[in-house]
Amino acid sequence: MAAVQAAARRREGLSGVVLDALATAAVALVLTVPTVGLKTDESGGTLIITRHFDTVAWIVAVVFLGRLCMNLFMARRAAKPGEQKKAGPGAMDRLAASVARNQARIGAVGFVIAVVLPFISSNYLIDFGTNVLIYVMLGWGLNIVVGLAGLLDLGYVAFYAVGAYTVALLATNFGLGFWTCLPLAGLFAAFFGVVLGFPVLRLRGDYLAIVTLGFGEIIRIVLLNWQVVTGGPNGIGGIPRPTLFGLPFVARSSSGTTFAEFFGLDFSVSQRLIFLYFVILMLALITNFFTVRMRRLPVGRAWEALREDEIACRAIGMNATNIKLSAFAIGAMFAGFAGSFFATRLGFISPESFTFTESATILAIVVLGGMGSQLGVVLAAIMLVSLNEAGRWFSFLGDIALYRPLIYGGAMVVIMLVRPRGLLAHRQPSILLHGSDGPRESLVPNDAQAASTGELP
Amino acid sequence: MMEYFLQQLINGLTLGAVYGLIAIGYTMVYGIIGMINFAHGEIFMIGSFISLISFLILNSVGGFSAVFAILIVLLVTMIFTSMFGWSVERIAYRPLRESFKLAPLISAIGMSIFLQSFIQVFQGARPKPLQPIMHGGITLLENDGFAVQISYLQIIIIIMTVGLMIGFTTIIQQTSLGRSQRACEQDRTMAALLGVNVDRTISLTFVMGAGLAAVAGLMFTLYYGVIDFFIGFLAGVKAFTAAVLGGIGSLPGAMLGGVLIGLIEAFWSAYFTLAYKDVAVFMVLVLVLIFRPTGLLGRPEVEKV
Repeated sequence: MAAVQAAARRREGLSGVVLDALATAAVALVLTVPTVGLKTDESGGTLIITRHFDTVAWIVAVVFLGRLCMNLFMARRAAKPGEQKKAGPGAMDRLAASVARNQARIGAVGFVIAVVLPFISSNYLIDFGTNVLIYVMLGWGLNIVVGLAGLLDLGYVAFYAVGAYTVALLATNFGLGFWTCLPLAGLFAAFFGVVLGFPVLRLRGDYLAIVTLGFGEIIRIVLLNWQVVTGGPNGIGGIPRPTLFGLPFVARSSSGTTFAEFFGLDFSVSQRLIFLYFVILMLALITNFFTVRMRRLPVGRAWEALREDEIACRAIGMNATNIKLSAFAIGAMFAGFAGSFFATRLGFISPESFTFTESATILAIVVLGGMGSQLGVVLAAIMLVSLNEAGRWFSFLGDIALYRPLIYGGAMVVIMLVRPRGLLAHRQPSILLHGSDGPRESLVPNDAQAASTGELP
Repeated sequence: MMEYFLQQLINGLTLGAVYGLIAIGYTMVYGIIGMINFAHGEIFMIGSFISLISFLILNSVGGFSAVFAILIVLLVTMIFTSMFGWSVERIAYRPLRESFKLAPLISAIGMSIFLQSFIQVFQGARPKPLQPIMHGGITLLENDGFAVQISYLQIIIIIMTVGLMIGFTTIIQQTSLGRSQRACEQDRTMAALLGVNVDRTISLTFVMGAGLAAVAGLMFTLYYGVIDFFIGFLAGVKAFTAAVLGGIGSLPGAMLGGVLIGLIEAFWSAYFTLAYKDVAVFMVLVLVLIFRPTGLLGRPEVEKV
């Protein structure tokens, strides 16, 4: 504490502000000279060093100015002590609260947009929307595990992979259709969730994080090396596309009528794209509906209670392991569903699609959007998928996809620093003693209070 | 094949030394603030990059003996990498110390992704080879044309590790910094009340951890001769496994765990399949967590309300 106060004092006064910014810039200089300034490049088979001190200068300048602005901003806030003491909810808090209040309305508008979109847009946009929806569904699934139950799962993509490979193997080996495989994939992924979760869920949260990370890697390594079954790095191709009650979306079918023939339409590729879009939209909405309903059931309430205070929950006789296991298995099941859609949409899968980066992306979506906030996940998914495509939309952005993980990682740290519960997170009690006409503010603990009462050593 | 076994033993010990040094960073940080520093593997990776760059610069200047060059690079790498360790704690963990329990963990994962792609963007994604600095070794015994060799490099790695272990154990047991660290480990609030500068102690713990990871990075660069931006991920998970196996929070445990993991990996690759050697290490992690969560030398953890 003393150091914090001393730092606060040092930051007072213009010279202090500038000195502090200079010190930060000096640290940035030390960090970037060896890593950015001296780049290793290949030249004729051997490595040589090329100098990039202009980039270093840019980074240091940005750090200096950023720190300066931050200090000035904080000095101005500190100058008005009355306001700082009882600042109340900030602008972002109020926005999050109003979003939470109008959740139903925003959701309805979003739903209408999502339904109408494919009929008024191009194939590219439908594809983009399908991509977004896959991530929305994965985000919603992981939100059950991370947002509601508070279990940090770093290997979520493993269940996605299990779902995808289940469909691929069943379809190519036994000739089953997509709709038969879909529930099997979900069940199988949930089974994996139970098998993995059972031994580790009784341990502390951080152990779970690293074990799930390891499990994600094991699955990927096995998929890569078990050539006989999974095809190794070559993956599995020829996965059948889904049909609408047996009507395939192809130009001409040898076995029965196609979708276009049945409805008397001219065949076009966009019919299949629109159909796939609606399949994933439906799957995602099921996930959402399920989550919303679960939050009102005892088990859903138990998830949230466990997230807040596990010791208290155990003290009142809740079986923590089983409750966590249910969250873990249900989250895994939805990942399995999403994985089966992924497999049937592309018709080809390989271990490359299931790396740790993918897990990190899904986690970033949940964290950025606000843990436990369904709308936040949608927003974050749109943002992150747009980031992939931004380089294509705006040529001046160049190869922005390369910087993508840099942005995710940085954003995760920044969000934790400024809004640890996520952008659109709004914590309100799920049950109220006196009716449900809006949460009573006195019952809503803010983060600072929660930390000071709940986290004493 | 006694000779083959001995050779694998030597290789495993060398590998274990590297894992052990990284594991100490995990264990010290976990001991003092009770969190897994997910970014620690990336600190190791940055250490290996800084050592590679320093070697390249020394090569272009020329005229150093191998041992002298290694010593210079060791110093430079430790200084710069420690700065990374310090900055990571200062930026991503310190403001979150009193936040809710997932916050520092997520921040650490964010930091790990950030550092990894930082190197990928600014140093390029291709593997970076380094010409061997040191050749030759000692033949311990020879039988039927199979020679058991310990290279000079392996000797240096093992000597450096043992030296560092002795040094750090001394710091923790004898100096006032070590006393502060042990005090913070037991009860941070009480330590602060008794005049221990908790912030400074935690910062220095991260600096020490990063310094050891830097040495491990240097050894990795020398031993394997090729690095890329992704090495921190696997090495980090394995070193964490080593820390858990030895009993997280225990310094000798981390070293013991590191050596065991190194041996498991070396023998698994030698006698079973190379492809599944990482799976073997992960399975060890899971098995330890199921059957002995406190590790070999750890104390049982008591949750306080």
